[in-house]
Amino acid sequence: MTEKEKMTIIVFSGEMDKVISAFNIAIGGATSEMDVTMFFTFWGLNVIKKNEGSIKSKGIMRKMLNMMNRGGAKRLPLSKFHMLGMGKWMMQKLMKDVSSPQVAELMTTAKELGVKFIACTNTIGMMGISKDALIPEVDAFAGVATYIAEAKESKINLFI
Amino acid sequence: MKADETLDCVGLYCPMPIVHTAKKMKELKSGQVLEVLADDIGIKEDMPNWCKTTGNEYLGMEEDKGVYRAFVKKK
Repeated sequence: MTEKEKMTIIVFSGEMDKVISAFNIAIGGATSEMDVTMFFTFWGLNVIKKNEGSIKSKGIMRKMLNMMNRGGAKRLPLSKFHMLGMGKWMMQKLMKDVSSPQVAELMTTAKELGVKFIACTNTIGMMGISKDALIPEVDAFAGVATYIAEAKESKINLFI
Repeated sequence: MKADETLDCVGLYCPMPIVHTAKKMKELKSGQVLEVLADDIGIKEDMPNWCKTTGNEYLGMEEDKGVYRAFVKKK
């Protein structure tokens, strides 16, 4: 059997529209028989946080950050025209009208197709996010060396 | 064109038609033909390209009142 071609996607953004694009591309790669790995870092960590996960962390700045930056796939804002949530609500309605899947469903589909979710340990540590604040679907915790090792072998590498 | 199986993806936008196609193709035996119906015009390019990357044979597409019927043969 021929080896699968690889794709990596760094998900740096925590915005709904950008994250949806990232998952669409990951799914596109997986259905084209590629091995896809998504690295979640910085604001992208919000995608892999549990919706009702713990925000416990050490230090007042981290506590403040995690309170303001709750995360969870359902809380991702739009990158433009968020309009305090009205823009996002309208966008979601438009998506529903054309049966376009929301983030949560895209994540499930991606997982079913074998896409790997990797969480960046640097930003997790910096933001004080605990492992059990993250969804169980995270396959591994890793750093940039893992990303580089994967990206070197990959045909497609993206930063979203 | 005749097909062994039909998949209705009318009303679904990218990437869902291809996702469902990929899933359904796993159930088919080699040489069988799958007919995919979709109304997202992206399918005109997506289906032949998907076949190219996965090695399945793209047999052609028919269009009728905005609904595209793509025929794919499993490798």
